[in-house]
Amino acid sequence: MNIRFDKLGVVIALLVVYGTLVAPFATFRANRIVPGEAKSMLAALPVGAAVALIGLMVLAAAVILLKTPALLRLVTAAVALAAIALFIGMAATHLTPPENTYARVSPASGFWILLFAYALLAADSITRLRPLPFVRVLLLLVTLGGAAVILMSGLWDGLSILREYAGRADVFWLEAGRHVALALGSLFAAVMVGLPLGILCHRVEPLRAGVLNTLNLIQTIPSIALFGILIAPLGWIAVHVPGAAAIGVRGIGAAPAFLALFLYSLLPVVANTVVGLAGVPREANEAARGIGMTDLQRLFGIELPLAMPVILTGIRIVLVQNIGLATIAALIGGGGFGVFVFQGIGQTAMDLVLLGAVPTVVLAFAAAIVLDAVIEMTTPSRNQGRTA
Amino acid sequence: MRVLAPSLLRAALLAILIAFLVSPGWFEPLLKPLVQDNAPAIYNQGSLLTLTLLHLRIVAIATMGAVIVAVTLAILVTRSFGAEFLPLSRSLVNVGQTFPPVAVLALAVPALGFGEKPTLVALFLYGLLPIFENTLTGLTTLSPSVMEAARGAGMTDRQRLFKVELPLAMPVILAGIRLSVVISLATATIGSTVAAKTLGEVIIAGLQSNNIAFVLQGGLIVGALAVLIYDGLSAIERAMARRVGMGRQTN
Repeated sequence: MNIRFDKLGVVIALLVVYGTLVAPFATFRANRIVPGEAKSMLAALPVGAAVALIGLMVLAAAVILLKTPALLRLVTAAVALAAIALFIGMAATHLTPPENTYARVSPASGFWILLFAYALLAADSITRLRPLPFVRVLLLLVTLGGAAVILMSGLWDGLSILREYAGRADVFWLEAGRHVALALGSLFAAVMVGLPLGILCHRVEPLRAGVLNTLNLIQTIPSIALFGILIAPLGWIAVHVPGAAAIGVRGIGAAPAFLALFLYSLLPVVANTVVGLAGVPREANEAARGIGMTDLQRLFGIELPLAMPVILTGIRIVLVQNIGLATIAALIGGGGFGVFVFQGIGQTAMDLVLLGAVPTVVLAFAAAIVLDAVIEMTTPSRNQGRTA
Repeated sequence: MRVLAPSLLRAALLAILIAFLVSPGWFEPLLKPLVQDNAPAIYNQGSLLTLTLLHLRIVAIATMGAVIVAVTLAILVTRSFGAEFLPLSRSLVNVGQTFPPVAVLALAVPALGFGEKPTLVALFLYGLLPIFENTLTGLTTLSPSVMEAARGAGMTDRQRLFKVELPLAMPVILAGIRLSVVISLATATIGSTVAAKTLGEVIIAGLQSNNIAFVLQGGLIVGALAVLIYDGLSAIERAMARRVGMGRQTN
């Protein structure tokens, strides 16, 4: 049996070796804003644990380097990810002097490189295995579940990002709720308005260019400006329209953020509805007309179901985009995870930035996987490649 | 749609933009009603023109870097020796797009400090994706008969790449670059939250001092730049598409 190397494996194995032996695994700081000292794996962990972790990484690198079955590679990625997740928690406990609440231990470049390398490996083996949509969602749930278990076990409590969380747990969940409400609420509103608007644009040709161009124009306004510009009209409405203030319309806060996200969301929804409806085969429509379906029956029975994958792709774009953009809402007092990001930037406390950024990325990533799976399930033939 | 009116509108937009940047004072009466009593209606903590040029510079540098890297990578993964990387690179592009720009920006700060650098990195990384995706699409959807013909004519791999594949894929690649530039123009404003000198400064100053006029002028300048650059690149794209003789659908 001759030994064969996996080309991508060579790259990932190099990353693993670099992340394990060269780059620092954790950073120790005497308090939350001073520059830190980098600690290698050997310095960051008890000797026995460090040797075990390095041994595991070397073993993983060997599996990655050679041409091995995709399933084995996925398992390797999962085990290695679990290992670095557990050991970074241990490093935090090991490095923090007892009874010291000022010291901060955070993951350093080596940890992030290893995380990236194994995530790459997992992504590659999942791509090669081509799992069914629901399996992908299951994998996501298992990963999130694993992270949740570690979080609840208290193993990561020594890490700086969780120290930041510990001080503001109530606020964190409040902002998380606001973030999700902003992202999902504006998506819902955009679908409620955008879908009929898209159908209208499809049916009424002269309307199409005008509506799409207007929506395109809105997209060119930078998000922070749009959020800001809406403050004025909403402030005016709150003062002059009776009852508006009572339902939460205010110049600053969630209302302009909601409206801005809604406006940004319209284009992908409307454009994809138009593209999806235009892509319905002429024969399908002819046949539906032939058997005497009314316009309305044809819309709900034939056109929308056939256009659904494309429309859902638009919704996926909007959801992922909204989860990201909702961070900007914090600049105008709209809340969300951006509160921690901008507070952290203001105080040069990067752990606080991470407390806002990490959940945002996780949320966007999970939303993308789930919606991709839904899109694949609604696409009749298993044709690869994204639409629109 | 080759009508005169849109071109005239664009020329007017360009003229107004330049006039505003060179002599913002002329527009003061228009913005004055938006601000309270004694607040300034025109950004007064620096020159709008300088900020605009810095804004454009940061976008240009990031986009150039992104074009070089993304196109090279896309060429590599579509050659036979790089084929093993193709499926992964596709899913990476998908995953990369789920990273919100603010998060990318904020996460680049610990590594690079405040200022232009994290903004450049965020713009570069964010700009990679559309260009890479479109270059891949352009290179992998070429008609097999054209490739056959090129091979039959005895062209080497290199000749095929530079004389056939890239020219044919150029309109799609340009569409990716256009998308990337427009995203970057807007994202660069967020760079000002980490102290980069861009037009975002104007908007943020407006948000902080509750001055709608600042927010409006910062936002409108960026919007106008985006519209003009988008149109300019679209025009180049159409010219290219005509030259390669195929009005193929770009996204």
